[in-house]
Amino acid sequence: MQCLWCHEQIMHETSWKNLLLLDGKALLCQECKSKMEVLSGKCCSRCSRITNEEVCSDCRWWEKQSVEDPLMFNHSVFNYNAFMQELIAKWKYRGDYFLGNAFKEPFVKSFRKKFTFLEKNAIAVPIPLSTKRLTERAFNQAQMLADFLPIETCAILSRKHGEKQSKKTRYERIFTKNPFAINETINNPVVLVDDIYTTGTTLRHAASLLKEHGCTRVYACTLVRG
Amino acid sequence: MQPKKAPPDFTNQQLAKRFSGKLLLRNEIPLNEALFQKLCSANLFTPSKSIKRKKLSNQCQRCNNQKQSLFAAIPCQSCKKTHLYCRNCIEMGRVMECEALYLWSGEAPIWPSLEDPCSWIGKLTNVQQQAANRIVNAIRNKEKELLIWAVCGAGKTEMLYPGISEALMQGKRICIATPRADVVRELLPRIKSAFSSTEVAALYGGSPDKDATAQIIISTTHQLLRYKEAFDVLIIDEIDAFPYHADQSLPFAANRSKASSNTTIYLTATPRSEHQKQIRQKKLPHIFVPVRFHGKPLPVPLFKMCFDLRKELKSYKPPTAFLKWLDHRKNPKRRLLVFVPTIKLADKMKDNLTQILIDKQILSSNDSLCAVHATDPDRKEKVELFREKKIEVLLTTTILERGVTFPSVDVAVLDAGHIVFDEAALVQISGRAGRSPDDPTGEVLFFHDGKTDAMVEAKNSIISMNKRGGFS
Repeated sequence: MQCLWCHEQIMHETSWKNLLLLDGKALLCQECKSKMEVLSGKCCSRCSRITNEEVCSDCRWWEKQSVEDPLMFNHSVFNYNAFMQELIAKWKYRGDYFLGNAFKEPFVKSFRKKFTFLEKNAIAVPIPLSTKRLTERAFNQAQMLADFLPIETCAILSRKHGEKQSKKTRYERIFTKNPFAINETINNPVVLVDDIYTTGTTLRHAASLLKEHGCTRVYACTLVRG
Repeated sequence: MQPKKAPPDFTNQQLAKRFSGKLLLRNEIPLNEALFQKLCSANLFTPSKSIKRKKLSNQCQRCNNQKQSLFAAIPCQSCKKTHLYCRNCIEMGRVMECEALYLWSGEAPIWPSLEDPCSWIGKLTNVQQQAANRIVNAIRNKEKELLIWAVCGAGKTEMLYPGISEALMQGKRICIATPRADVVRELLPRIKSAFSSTEVAALYGGSPDKDATAQIIISTTHQLLRYKEAFDVLIIDEIDAFPYHADQSLPFAANRSKASSNTTIYLTATPRSEHQKQIRQKKLPHIFVPVRFHGKPLPVPLFKMCFDLRKELKSYKPPTAFLKWLDHRKNPKRRLLVFVPTIKLADKMKDNLTQILIDKQILSSNDSLCAVHATDPDRKEKVELFREKKIEVLLTTTILERGVTFPSVDVAVLDAGHIVFDEAALVQISGRAGRSPDDPTGEVLFFHDGKTDAMVEAKNSIISMNKRGGFS
């Protein structure tokens, strides 16, 4: 088995643990794996941003914007370091679908740890791509992440075509109109799933739409905190 | 609002120039869907399968990848089926089983035949002229292959001019392929000014000219993956260089890009053993150019033992022997090109070295030392600054081992015994010194903590090339 990223041969260590638990195959080599930086320690409790404060300045700003922030909190698994940027660029923009499987194990593990309180009827909702972008990329990276999770996935949102988020400035991102539409109403608690949390606007647009249509609580679980 | 412009109508000849000889994905053909469909139904574009499924393996039709680990399945939202895509050439745009590769099958492009295409006014030395004549003959007689073995700084590019002129006079299409994007960028202005009435295009990852319609193409070997039966004359620079000899798909791409009657010219200063063997067995015609264009011998590297090298490098400090040498350089006015084996070392040693050099008054300011490596986004600019003598010291990994010319430098290799410095790399690195006729010598020092075979062989091979060049 070769590392999905650097194509070096992966050396498997045989231990009692992976012998007895039949661990899944490692997709990345140890060295590449070690370059992925799991967020831990001092992070904002609302958005996972690295900070010493309990709630970061961005999230306090969001709180002032409306009576109630539509998003309970966002949980991100990784820091958006240079290596993560390269990985995500290849996965998402070059379209190397299979590379996404490298995130499965840490993503699920982190989700289970953070969302222990979640009811059984909770539903994962991936942030959608516009039809045009979906045909271009051939897969939705958020859908792939949502499918990893141990709860049911429902793709109930759709998106009108627009400029790529990553091409916009911070100001443009925060003050854009809600680009989403809802196809089906549900009143279960929802975990929104996306690859990157940058300003939090996208997720809040989706969250407020879900709440308007009867969702009780909306959380977010994202791969990286941008 | 301005009224929308009608789509420009292309003549078949224009389209032929743009698309003939290329094997492209639909999204690499910048034509609107209506026009594209029209061209397809007129059989001007022929689609072909992008991934062939065989009994036991699959094969990417663009990069020839046949390794099963470099194919993966994708549940495609575009065609709603799960199928394969190629992970090997994905940096060039994803090849998916549900999308075809398109080949131009319309009329052949007609390139102008010029009477006197070469606008270069320099003069070749006798030795260069001999090699140049040999190349002209090879092209005139449609010989298949010719290897030019020329020492670093022999003036390989200039030697090509008469051959390129000959090809242009016959209305042929020419490609100069080289493994590194830096070299493509360096060659472009030189070739442009040498053939000012011919169109020249440069292709490398991220190059502005994607749609190269020119008669002369300067390209990285990777970009050849988009060509099929295109070039009458293919010149492969640095045939021995990584990644050409390491990545199987590159020789495949080079081979496919040749037109049916083609002349291929290989250039190298340090032929790999398989080529040397072919030369000895007289299976590969070759010509040897043992003298630099300014007529002076190649600088022979000096070995300097550093007992504390491991310790010093561990704390990212330059070796003591290196600092000692700095005080006793023959010509302290020369600028310094320092090679280190790893990116990490280049990055981390930068600040230490800057401080020491400022204390020694070799550097005037913090900005006159730069570190570059393959993943450095500013590498283009830094190399340019060093070439223009705007910075004094350049700390680099092996990415600058070949193809680049800096006037008047001394060269130091720190940890020359490291595995990345093989014989060819060390010969090439030594060849960076003494390239300018105003200052045709330069010091080359290998700092090491134990001689390796590669170092000894590199030194011997430089000495023997000097001997063949008539120096003793």
